[in-house]
Amino acid sequence: MRIIDNGNEEIRRPEDEEITVKRCLGERYVGCGMKNGTLHVEGIPGNALASYLDGGTVYVDGNAQDAAADTMNAGLLAIKGSAGDALAYGMRGGRVYVLGDAGYRAGVHMKAYEDKKSILVIGGRAGSFLGEYLAGGIIIVLGLGNEGRDITGYFCGNGMYAGTIYLRTEKQPLNLSDKLIKRNVDENEKENILCPIIKDFASVFSIPVERCLEGGFIAIEADKSKTYSQLYAAV
Amino acid sequence: MRYRIRKDDSCISCLRCVRECSFGAITAESGKALAFHHDKCTDCQRCVSFCPAGAIYITEDENRFRKNAVFSDDEIKEILLQAETGGVLLSSMGASGKNVPIYFDKMLLNASQVTNPSIDPLREPMETAVFLGRRPEKAERDISGRIIDNLPPHLELRTPVMFSAMSYGAISLNVHKALAAAAEKLGTYWNTGEGGLHESLYPYKKNTIVQVASGRFGVHETYLNTAAAIEIKIGQGAKPGIGGHLTGRKIIGDVSKTRMVPEGLDAISPAPHHDIYSIEDLAQLVMSIKEVTGHRKPVIVKVAAVHNIAPIASGIARSGADIISIDGYRGGTGAAPKRIRDNVGIPIELAIASVDQRLREERIRDRVSVIASGGIRNSSDAVKAIALGADAVSIGTAALCALGCHICASCHTGRCAWGLATQDPELTKRLDTEKGAERLVNLVNAWTREIKEIMGGMGINSIEALRGNRMALCGIDLNAKELEILGIRYAGE
Repeated sequence: MRIIDNGNEEIRRPEDEEITVKRCLGERYVGCGMKNGTLHVEGIPGNALASYLDGGTVYVDGNAQDAAADTMNAGLLAIKGSAGDALAYGMRGGRVYVLGDAGYRAGVHMKAYEDKKSILVIGGRAGSFLGEYLAGGIIIVLGLGNEGRDITGYFCGNGMYAGTIYLRTEKQPLNLSDKLIKRNVDENEKENILCPIIKDFASVFSIPVERCLEGGFIAIEADKSKTYSQLYAAV
Repeated sequence: MRYRIRKDDSCISCLRCVRECSFGAITAESGKALAFHHDKCTDCQRCVSFCPAGAIYITEDENRFRKNAVFSDDEIKEILLQAETGGVLLSSMGASGKNVPIYFDKMLLNASQVTNPSIDPLREPMETAVFLGRRPEKAERDISGRIIDNLPPHLELRTPVMFSAMSYGAISLNVHKALAAAAEKLGTYWNTGEGGLHESLYPYKKNTIVQVASGRFGVHETYLNTAAAIEIKIGQGAKPGIGGHLTGRKIIGDVSKTRMVPEGLDAISPAPHHDIYSIEDLAQLVMSIKEVTGHRKPVIVKVAAVHNIAPIASGIARSGADIISIDGYRGGTGAAPKRIRDNVGIPIELAIASVDQRLREERIRDRVSVIASGGIRNSSDAVKAIALGADAVSIGTAALCALGCHICASCHTGRCAWGLATQDPELTKRLDTEKGAERLVNLVNAWTREIKEIMGGMGINSIEALRGNRMALCGIDLNAKELEILGIRYAGE
């Protein structure tokens, strides 16, 4: 084992293919701007984990704190525990998988562009303001172990104008905005869109996929007839 | 209808005006006879400038509503528009608050007489270079007494004038090219705004400031590292507290590619950064940007000048940011709700004075540099802003004027006849980037010469000595409170 001074500089070096950070205890900015390779984080990293992640894979065996995967562009961040607030803010591409719960403001202003499509899967429940301003990409909340309960908080998807939020529940999300449309996901969509992502999610955490796909899903999308442009009158 | 288009007998029917008008206000019927559609005219002066015969006149429409002491013509027209559309009024460029004083015009500069002789900049060296960034708290020496270089990353400007953030999308790529080329030649900086950096401009990285705004459009690791500094945009003077909205109509081709937003989809910048709800959160974003850029670049935090700007600036100075950029009430924009533009924020002069004062009182002035912007019209405004406490100033509207803008304030229509605030390829090609860069260089060089002359007259030979030098200013037509906030004395006092 080596002890290094500037960990992030080391992590970003392309020749280091696999790195393990042991006994992580609240250190911030771990894996910030990483472009390739694999980073295992043992313990609990601090805020802004894997921010600006630009490729490669970051595995965390504990919980993550606030602002993980902030402005992420590519790669995979997999968190075995739960994530704090403002997860995947402004994320544009890559995958963020959280096996546990996510705090407030998860997936706010996630985007998609050409081959980049941001995907956020939360195994447990998500707090309020999930997917606000969503501009593209996919958010999936599975609510594992929370069957029959609300799996999102208040203001789910407020202000979103593109992308889709999928929830594994039959329940209508709390105080859903009238500018959003809720619909049930049919078998075809489940098979073609949700299955591949959820299978990947299950295999990353080695959990049975069947459980993740059990029951019906609902989808939330922006009502395209109520766009922002209609708000204005040019002087 | 606000304007009336007329022509006189000298018109040679060349139809140049028809080709130049991008708003459809002048058309040619059956290929020859000119037709004027007065209601579409924005008074951009393009036709007037290009008429070879000097035959066109644009005047204010003389048909006015009945005069009323409370409800002006514009007030009534806006009510009519809103009654018809139910829309939020959208406008562009800087605030039109007629009763908000321009304090630059109420401050006069000092000059040396008899004692402390003035300096002739043509004969004697005059330092206009400015360094922006955190100053080391003390000089450190190694064991043999040599000074250790502990200077944190900083920006070096050959003149205290930079170009303000204007995004690709709001303005054309040609404008970005002109700004970048001019900044390189002048030894100053231009700012991408929040729309990303077009790849063809990567070679200008040494003179580029890239912006990280709440939408995070076009922000990725390469973008952050293709810059001399990174600016976190919290707010802008024209619309403090408001997010941005670039309509899908403008998100075409390279704009879409550079912003990394699909063609035709609106680009919404949320009002706040949802990962910043406190100074601690801001500190975290500042540090994460420093981490991703290897602590090699200064980080700027840009805020709009608002009521509590002094404590806000103090918080930013303590967040680890190297530079604070403050944009005042009269700052321009490509599109903003009119009520916000005209009614929110405070003038830059008062903001700079109170921020400089507060940072000095808290003994943290050297932790940050301060950039002032928002209605800087000329070199004397720049000198006054620096004397009030700014390290440098930044110009947006003035730079656009150098490129042809006549401030018709129709940027939000996307039909800019001067080819600046538009993405229509037929219009954007109206700006010759090389010529444009040359004009920007001329403008800033002229200002720099004037700054030297003004400083010389005061017996000051460097910007450093001018910064925060309130004795260089006196007030006229100001009340005691205004003088107190500006930290200056009344003329003759």
